[in-house]
Amino acid sequence: MAKVLMKGTEAIAEAAIQAGCRHFFGYPITPQNEIPEYMSAHLPKHGGVYIQGESEVASINMVLGAAATGCQVMTSSSSPGISLMSEGISYIAGSELPCVIVNVMRGGPGLGGILPSQADYLQATKGGGNGDYRLMVFAPSTLQEAVDLVQSGWDFAFKYRNPVMILADGFMGQMMEPVEIKPHETDRRDVQSWAMGYFADRGNKRTLIKSMNLTPELLEAHNVELQKKYDQMQQEDTQYEVLDLEDAELVIASYGTSARIAKTAIAHLREEGYKVGLIRPITLFPFPYEAFEKIPSCTRHILDIEMNMGQMIDDVKIGTSCKYPVSFFGHCGGLAPSVEEIEDACKKILG
Amino acid sequence: MAKGRIEVSENYCKSCGLCVAACPVKVLRISDRINAKGHRPVEQYKAGCIACGMCAMSCPDAAIEVYRIEEE
Amino acid sequence: MSETKIYSKPKSWMKDVHTHYCPGCGHGIAHRLICELIDELDIQKDALSMAPVGCAAMMYDYIDIDYVEAPHGRAPAVATGIKRVRPDKIVFTYQGDGDLASIGMAEIIHAANRGENFMVIFINNAIYGMTGGQMAPTTLVGQKATTCPLGRDPKLAGYPIRMCELLASLETPAYIERVSVAKPKYIMKAKAAIKKGFEYQLENKGFSFIEILSTCPTNWGLNPVKAFEWQMENMMPYYPLGVFKDYE
Repeated sequence: MAKVLMKGTEAIAEAAIQAGCRHFFGYPITPQNEIPEYMSAHLPKHGGVYIQGESEVASINMVLGAAATGCQVMTSSSSPGISLMSEGISYIAGSELPCVIVNVMRGGPGLGGILPSQADYLQATKGGGNGDYRLMVFAPSTLQEAVDLVQSGWDFAFKYRNPVMILADGFMGQMMEPVEIKPHETDRRDVQSWAMGYFADRGNKRTLIKSMNLTPELLEAHNVELQKKYDQMQQEDTQYEVLDLEDAELVIASYGTSARIAKTAIAHLREEGYKVGLIRPITLFPFPYEAFEKIPSCTRHILDIEMNMGQMIDDVKIGTSCKYPVSFFGHCGGLAPSVEEIEDACKKILG
Repeated sequence: MAKGRIEVSENYCKSCGLCVAACPVKVLRISDRINAKGHRPVEQYKAGCIACGMCAMSCPDAAIEVYRIEEE
Repeated sequence: MSETKIYSKPKSWMKDVHTHYCPGCGHGIAHRLICELIDELDIQKDALSMAPVGCAAMMYDYIDIDYVEAPHGRAPAVATGIKRVRPDKIVFTYQGDGDLASIGMAEIIHAANRGENFMVIFINNAIYGMTGGQMAPTTLVGQKATTCPLGRDPKLAGYPIRMCELLASLETPAYIERVSVAKPKYIMKAKAAIKKGFEYQLENKGFSFIEILSTCPTNWGLNPVKAFEWQMENMMPYYPLGVFKDYE
């Protein structure tokens, strides 16, 4: 398929359809409404179903039900809507079901604003719903990367029987770029062994999909098993990009749109002789701590750049064992750090 | 009038008494025995069961099975 | 002389399991009717259901079909997801007063309004049983509960909600009936209603809602037989039995 100029939200939706997603349940919220709109227009053409839930709460529960049947199901929302979905996400993780959830982040907290942010990093990677669960969280930086990560989303969701989150931001959702979207075959593995609707296929054995366990020893054992999955994710499936790290005196840690802006700033700084590099996590969970082990001894400082008040900074400090001074630069509320602002921040640190 | 008898899975009976109340010919009563769960199971204590099935229909524990007896 | 067994434990009722329900609880009767119909309609391999939050949270231990746990109130949304992916399966929810008429009010109204082709079974016992007897949206005026110790006061809590009548105001639902399991003559009608709900789904007729008046002997403070008498005397006048909508 040739490259097509598409809006980010629509590219994400088309990528999902080409990867085999045939069921979408969602609720409108700015700035991702094109995803449900695209799905409502296009899914039926592929024999799929779009249902607009009465709320994000209802939508994530429709996802739970669909996921319980072993199909490739998706929902999308933005920050406050993801908060509403948190209960359902915790249940989906505890019930060990696969699905893809897209968060096109906007300003917060609360109703916040409708312009882009990266203010849900902590919600996605460390919290959200209750209990000892984690999501696999992917942070694309370009629309093509968003397409590719959405398409591989169900591969990971079914590998781990866990929800996968694509953490985009409003810039990515609303901008247009040329993208190539190819059909993608998803491996649903041994879905008939656990999914609802395969009673006869299992030799008249029913399945029970639940997250509750009132016996404490059994609930603990269940959590130990869940943790093994997250450890396996950490071992096998971290993704990141490094740029100009070998001689860097200042390393920028950044993801998503912030990283994209930072790359331009780094190019300018390098032209002026400043030695700046970049570590760009692509999986935010599992966080690529190993990328930070590649930081050379000549590095004097790490600068965390995000569109929030500094949420990844703790993971950067953990990744570097606090060996380097780490500071933060960013904007929130819908503002993005500009190329010039990043250059100035770097120059101020490097002197 | 049909004739019948019931079989009670005694260990599943919780002594709720709904079957006793439902029986139109009043042949059921809560016995003095205690089952494995500490409840006193119901019993058919006299003849006269008409195999209507109302006891089984009322039972929340599916503890009663009903037989219709056919005279040859 | 020969014998014919005319009433046996349903095949789809789990073997060797003691239910945790209180003696005389209506849940057991409702579960048994569902199992009898699963057997009679031969739908064990195709029936898919959701465990609610409430006393029936572990009903999957009693009924041998595919089950998924639904968050409190969300079963109609979970059922929507399941049925939209597997329209060939028989999907039903089973929910209590809090699950359906309180936290789940949005989900039930919208699933009914979309006309989702599944059946909802609503167990109305006018109280929150599992959590120890708090007031429900269906608790009667003057009825005492732990969160209305002086009796439900309409000035504080409004009047009890009649779910059948509420849903009947919607255009889309196919079949809405209120039944009871208070005694055999009502139990037989309840079974017929649930059977119709299953059959309507098999015939793709749309959304069915069966409200079953039940009891809570423990939290009402009445023995099981007296509890059903209380239901007949007090609940039936406010929640009249009958058909509120029918496809035919």
